[in-house]
Amino acid sequence: MSLVRESLANDDLRFGVISPWNEGDVTCLAASERRSSAQNKPVAIGASDWEETHLIPGAFDYHRPASVAAATALLAEHGDDARVIAGGHSLIPMMKLRMADVPHLVDLRDLTDLRGISVADDVIRIGAMVTQHEIISDERLAATAPILREAALQIADPQVRYAGTVGGNVANGDPGNDMPGLMQCVDAGFELAGPDGIRVVAARDFYESAYVTARADGEILTAVLIPVPPEGAGWAYEKQKRKIGDYATAAAAVTIAVEGGRCTSASIAMTNLSDVPVWAETAAGALAGGPLDADSRTAAVAATLDVIDPAADNRGPVEFKKHVAGIILRRAIDRAAARAGLGEKT
Amino acid sequence: MNEMTPPSSEERAKGLKGLGSARKRVEDVRFTQGKGNYVDDIRLDGMLFGDFVRSPYAHARVKSVDKSAALALPGVVAVLTAEDLEPLGLHWMPTLAGDKQMVLADGKVLFQGQEVAFVVAEDRYIAADAVELVEVDYEDLPVVVDPFKALEPDAPVLRDDLAGKTEGAHGPRRHHNHIFTWEQGDREAAEAVIAEADVVAEEMIYYHRTHPCPLETCGCVASMDKVSGKLTLHGTFQAPHAVRTIASLISGIAEHNIRVISPDIGGGFGNKVGVYPGYVCSIVASIVTGKPVKWVEDRMDNLMSTAFARDYWMQGRIAATKEGRITGLWCHTTADHGAFDACADPTKFPAGFMNICTGSYDIPVAYLSVDGVYTNKAPGGVAYRCSFRVTEAAYFIERMIEILALKLGMDSAELRRINFISKEQFPYHSALGWEYDSGDYHTAWDKALAAVDYDGLRAEQSERLKAFKRGETRKLMGIGLTFFTEIVGAGPVKNCDILGLGMFDSCEIRIHPTGSAIARLGTISQGQGHATTFAQILASEIGLSADDITIEEGDTDTAPYGLGTYGSRSTPVAGAATAMAGRKIRAKAQMIAAYLLEVHDDDVAFDVDRFAVKGAPERFKTMKEIAFAAYNQPIPGLEPGLEAVSYYDPPNMTYPFGAYVSVLDIDVDTGVVDIRQFYALDDCGTRINPMIIDGQIHGGVTEALAIALGQEIVYDDMGNMMTGTLMDFFIPTSWETPNYVTDFTVTPSPHHPIGAKGVGESPNVGGVPCFSNAVHDAFKSFGLTQTHMPHDHWRIWRTAKELGLHG
Amino acid sequence: MSKMHVKLTVNGREVEGLAEPRTLLIHFLREDLRITGPHIGCETSHCGACTIDMDGKSVKSCTVFVAQADGADITTVEGLTNPDGSLGVIQEMFKEHHGLQCGFCTPGMITRAHRLLQENSAPTEAEVRFGMAGNLCRCTGYQNIVKAILASADMLNAAKEAAE
Repeated sequence: MSLVRESLANDDLRFGVISPWNEGDVTCLAASERRSSAQNKPVAIGASDWEETHLIPGAFDYHRPASVAAATALLAEHGDDARVIAGGHSLIPMMKLRMADVPHLVDLRDLTDLRGISVADDVIRIGAMVTQHEIISDERLAATAPILREAALQIADPQVRYAGTVGGNVANGDPGNDMPGLMQCVDAGFELAGPDGIRVVAARDFYESAYVTARADGEILTAVLIPVPPEGAGWAYEKQKRKIGDYATAAAAVTIAVEGGRCTSASIAMTNLSDVPVWAETAAGALAGGPLDADSRTAAVAATLDVIDPAADNRGPVEFKKHVAGIILRRAIDRAAARAGLGEKT
Repeated sequence: MNEMTPPSSEERAKGLKGLGSARKRVEDVRFTQGKGNYVDDIRLDGMLFGDFVRSPYAHARVKSVDKSAALALPGVVAVLTAEDLEPLGLHWMPTLAGDKQMVLADGKVLFQGQEVAFVVAEDRYIAADAVELVEVDYEDLPVVVDPFKALEPDAPVLRDDLAGKTEGAHGPRRHHNHIFTWEQGDREAAEAVIAEADVVAEEMIYYHRTHPCPLETCGCVASMDKVSGKLTLHGTFQAPHAVRTIASLISGIAEHNIRVISPDIGGGFGNKVGVYPGYVCSIVASIVTGKPVKWVEDRMDNLMSTAFARDYWMQGRIAATKEGRITGLWCHTTADHGAFDACADPTKFPAGFMNICTGSYDIPVAYLSVDGVYTNKAPGGVAYRCSFRVTEAAYFIERMIEILALKLGMDSAELRRINFISKEQFPYHSALGWEYDSGDYHTAWDKALAAVDYDGLRAEQSERLKAFKRGETRKLMGIGLTFFTEIVGAGPVKNCDILGLGMFDSCEIRIHPTGSAIARLGTISQGQGHATTFAQILASEIGLSADDITIEEGDTDTAPYGLGTYGSRSTPVAGAATAMAGRKIRAKAQMIAAYLLEVHDDDVAFDVDRFAVKGAPERFKTMKEIAFAAYNQPIPGLEPGLEAVSYYDPPNMTYPFGAYVSVLDIDVDTGVVDIRQFYALDDCGTRINPMIIDGQIHGGVTEALAIALGQEIVYDDMGNMMTGTLMDFFIPTSWETPNYVTDFTVTPSPHHPIGAKGVGESPNVGGVPCFSNAVHDAFKSFGLTQTHMPHDHWRIWRTAKELGLHG
Repeated sequence: MSKMHVKLTVNGREVEGLAEPRTLLIHFLREDLRITGPHIGCETSHCGACTIDMDGKSVKSCTVFVAQADGADITTVEGLTNPDGSLGVIQEMFKEHHGLQCGFCTPGMITRAHRLLQENSAPTEAEVRFGMAGNLCRCTGYQNIVKAILASADMLNAAKEAAE
C-alpha cells in the first residue's frame, strides 16, 4: 500500500511542503505554535518576535564578582536587568539571537565556592559551577551515583560538556535540558543563596513552567545536593535523540531501590515531554513493593504516559513522542532492574 | 640494481606522481595550519561591513522602511533599500534561469528571509545593532507554499512583475504562478505503451526540499577603487568568470575593469554558483561609500535565503512485460522553485538534465514533462551535488524500479540486470535524448552484488523477518540497491550555456626555464583538490613532476575564461583542456628536442619525462633540458618560450555510473536506523587520484545519508521556515556516520582525452536512492510501496504504525 | 557600552586588547588578533568550526565572551605547528590520510583532536567518533578524519615510547 497521500488538495497532506504531520488526533503545527528552532520556547509570528540578528549579541556591562555575596548584591542592584552566567552554553546562544536581553551580565567564574564535588556518607554536594566534564571524570561520583555520568555523557557534545555546568543546566528551566529530570529522579535539592540567606528547594518542587522556576530573581543557585543512593540500587538514564548534540526526543531517568529481591521504592522522571520535567510519582509507586514483573513495568509505563504532555516539533508529532517515551522508559526500567539484580525482563 | 642502472620508465613515471597516483594534497600544508585564505579572512583598509534586514513574512507588501534610527547609530554609514538601487537599475537582477529576482524588496516580499534593506557600518557589531533599528511596515498577504495549490485558479498572485506575461523564458506560461513546461520524449507513444502493457506501476515520488549547507556560508568583499576605476570582488564564487561578466552587464562597469577573485572556498556543493543580493549590495555600497564593503551571511541567512535543492514532485508510470522487460516510462514533475526561478541550469535546460530519468535501463519509449511553479519560499532548486537535477532523476527511476519489482513479484536486483543497457549498446541513445558515452553495467553490478554477498544478505533478511514475526525482535532489516547513471561535464557549447556563455573550459600553461610550471584553469576548487589533481594530469602529459607544477584558479585577471566548478564538470571539461594544452606543450617540446638532438621531428618519441631518438634511446633530452632550451636556443621556425592554452569544447557529456548497496537495521518502535554497511562501487573512467576519489565518495554518501534520513527544509502553512538552524537541519556528526567500503570499475570515456568522467556528485546521486530503497525494502513484506523522505525517526514510526506493526 | 581591557595568552604569546565585553572570543581572535584559523560556521554552537583549546579544555569560541576569557591560556590550530614551521603530528596525519577537503572545519577538528588525545592517548575508533562529535564536516564524511586521529595516536605513542 502506498503511504503517499497523492492529493495535495487534501489538507491532511502536509508532507515536507508544509508541516508534515496531520494524522487523526495529531494536529498540524500551525504558525501560532511555531517554536524557535534554537530553543523549545513557543514563538509567535510577527515582526516583534522575528529573530533579526543571529550571531551578534546586544551590548552589556560585564561584572565578575569575587564572592557569592557580591554576586547577589549585583542581582539586587540591577534587578531584572541582571542575569548570571555559568558555562554560558544556554545563555549565550539566546543572547546571540537576542532572545535574551541582558544589560548586566554577572559572571560566576571566580566563585570558587561554587566549584568542587564532595561525597559524604549520606549526601553528595556538587557545586553549581561544576561542569558536565568534571561530573563524568569524577571517580567518586561514578562509584556512588553512576546515573550522573551516564546522563552527562548523553548531553550535547564534548566541547559543550567542558563548559556546561550542572547549575546552568538545572537553573535555566529549559524543558530540553537533561539534568532537571535527572535531579527530580534522584530527589536532589537545589541550594539557593540570596540576600536573605540560603535555602534548599527540592528539584521536585523547583519547576513551574518553561523557563519559570522557584528561584527568586535575586537568588543564585550555588549547589546541587543529592542523597547517596542505597546499596545495590538500580539506575538508568535512557535518551533518544536525532543525533549527538540534540535535545531529547524523549528521555527517562529511573532509579530502583531493592531489598530481598523486591523493589522497595522507585523513581521515574521524564525529560522534554512537557514544559517542565515530569517526576512520575504515581507511576513509580506502581513499581514499589513487588518483584518488578512485566505487568508492573507495563503499568508504570502506562501511568507515566498519562502525565506527560509533549509538544509537536521538528522531532515529530505528539503521538510519536508518547510512543517513544514509552519505549525509552521501558528500556530504562529494564536496565535499572538488571543493574539491581532483578533481571532484564520477567 | 645499482646506482649506475638508469631508472626504468615505471620508476620515472611513479616519480612524476601523475595519473593514478594517490598523491598527497598540496593544499593541506596551509589548511592544517589554519593558514587558508577564505573570504571572511580578508581585511582591507577602511573596510565596512554589510548586513541585511530580512522579512519575517513569506508574502507581504512593504508599506514603508524607516531607516532613521539605524542611520542615527554611530558607526552606521548607509542603509540601502530598493529605492536606492533603482536609479542604478539594480533593484532587480537577472537570474541564471531567465527570470529576474529582487535584490532588495521592491514593494513586496515573497519569502521569509527575503532581503529588505542593506545596512553598512564600520564593523559587524554595529551593523547587527543597526539591523534591529530599521523599522519596516508590512501588510501581510495570503501565503502559498504548496505548489499544487499555487496552480489553482484562485491561488494568490506572487509575481506582480509578471502580470499579463504569458510567455516566459522557456515558453508559454499558463497560470500566474506557472514558470515553464518542459517536455522531452514521445508522449503519445509512451501513453500507448503504458495502456497496453502487461504490468504498470504508478506512484508519486517526492524528493523533498533540502539545502547544500556548506560549512562556510556565502560572502564577499567588494572594493571599488575610484582612482583606477576598477572593481575588485572577492567572494564565494564557484564560477568567478561568469560572475565577472554578469557583474559587468548589470552594473555597466566595463569587464576589463572588474577583477573577481575566488579565494579558498569552504565547500560549495552548488550553493555558491549564483549571484546573491549580498554581492550586488556590497558592490553598490562600495561604489557609494568609496570603501571596501564585506558581507558574510550567517547560517540562518544561508538556510533561509540561498540556493536550496530539490523539491520535485515526480509522478511516474512504468510499464513492463510480465517477464519484467520494461517497455515504457512516463514522468510528470511539479517543480517547486520558490519565489524566483534562480536555478543554475544551462539555459536550454530549465529542468536541468532531469531527462536522464530513464537511468541505467534500456527503455525504448519514454516521456517527461516538468512544470515549474512559483511559491512563497526561497528561490533556487538546482544545487547540492545534483549535476543539474540528476539526483532527482536517479531517485525517481531507482524508486520506480523497486516499485515495479514489487508489482512483478521479482527481485529488484534481477529486474535491474535484465533491463540494463548492455555494453554492446554504447554509445547509447536514450529515449529522452542523451547519448551515453560508455558503460559496462553488468560487470559492475555482478561485482557489487558478489562483494556484499547479496544472496547471503537476502537469506539473512528472510531469517530476521521470521524472527520479527515471531516477536523475537523489533528490528527489520532493509537492503538498499541502486544502480545509477550520472550525466556530467556540462557541456558542449552547442547546447550548454549559462546566460549565453558557452560551457567550455580552459587551461593555460607556462613552463619556466628551470623546468617547473604554472597552469591556470577556468575552474575553482572548493575542496576537490584541483591544485593536486590537475598537476597530476599535466605530469603525465608533459613529463614534469606534479610537485614542480603550480595550479592556480579563481583570479579572473590571470585565469583563462571558464565556467567554473559545479555539476562535476572540472575533470571532464577543464581536465580535458589541461590534457590538450599539455599535448600542445609536448608537441612543441618534441620539435625542440629534435632540434637539440639534430634529428627530424618524427625521429624522436616521448618516453615518460623525455624525448629519445627512436632506435637510439640512450640519446635523449629530458623535459627539463627542453624547457631551458626554449628560453636559450634560437630555434628556426619556433618562437622562444614554452607555453600553451586550450579552450576545450567537449563533444559530449560524460556518464559515470555506480552500483551501491546498503544494509540498514530499523527499530519499528523508535524509528531509529542503524546503518550496518554501505558499499559503493563507482566507475568514473580513468581514475586520477584514488585517494581523492574515495574522499569524494565518503563525503557525498554522508550528504546522502543526511538527506535520506532526516535533513529537510520545512515550511509551515504560513511560510515560516522551520529548520533554519543546525539544531533542526540535520547534519550528521562523526558518531552517526558509518564507515564506507569503496570499490570501482574503469570504463574510460571514449571521447575524453584521458578517458576521465568526473565523480564528485555521484555519491549523492547514488547514495540517496540507496538509503531510501533500504528503508522501503525493510517494510516491503508488510505491503509498503512508497513513503516520502526523509526517513527520520518519526516518519519511520508512522510507516510502521500504519502497516500495523505496533500491535 | 564601553570597552574593557583583556589580557590572555594565545599560542604561547601574551596578548592584550580593548574590546566590548560582548565581543565573542571567536571575533576577538579573528578580527583583533588576526588569528584566522578558527572559523565561524553557524551561530547556534553546533558546528565546532570555532573550536579552540582554552585552559586545557576544548571550547567553542563562538560561545564565550572575550570578557570571560580574560586571563585564559588559549591554543588555536596555529599553535600546533612546530616551532621550526614543520607540521605537527596531527596536522601531518590529516594530510597523510586525506582528512580534509575544503579545510574549513579543519582547524577546529585538529584542535579538538589534540585535546582528545590528551584525554585519551589510545582511543578506539568508537571513542574517536564520540570524542569528535562536536565538530561537523560536510566534505569528508569523517572516515579519513578518524583514520588520521588514530594514526596520530599511534605516532605520538611511538614517539613517547622511543623517548622513554
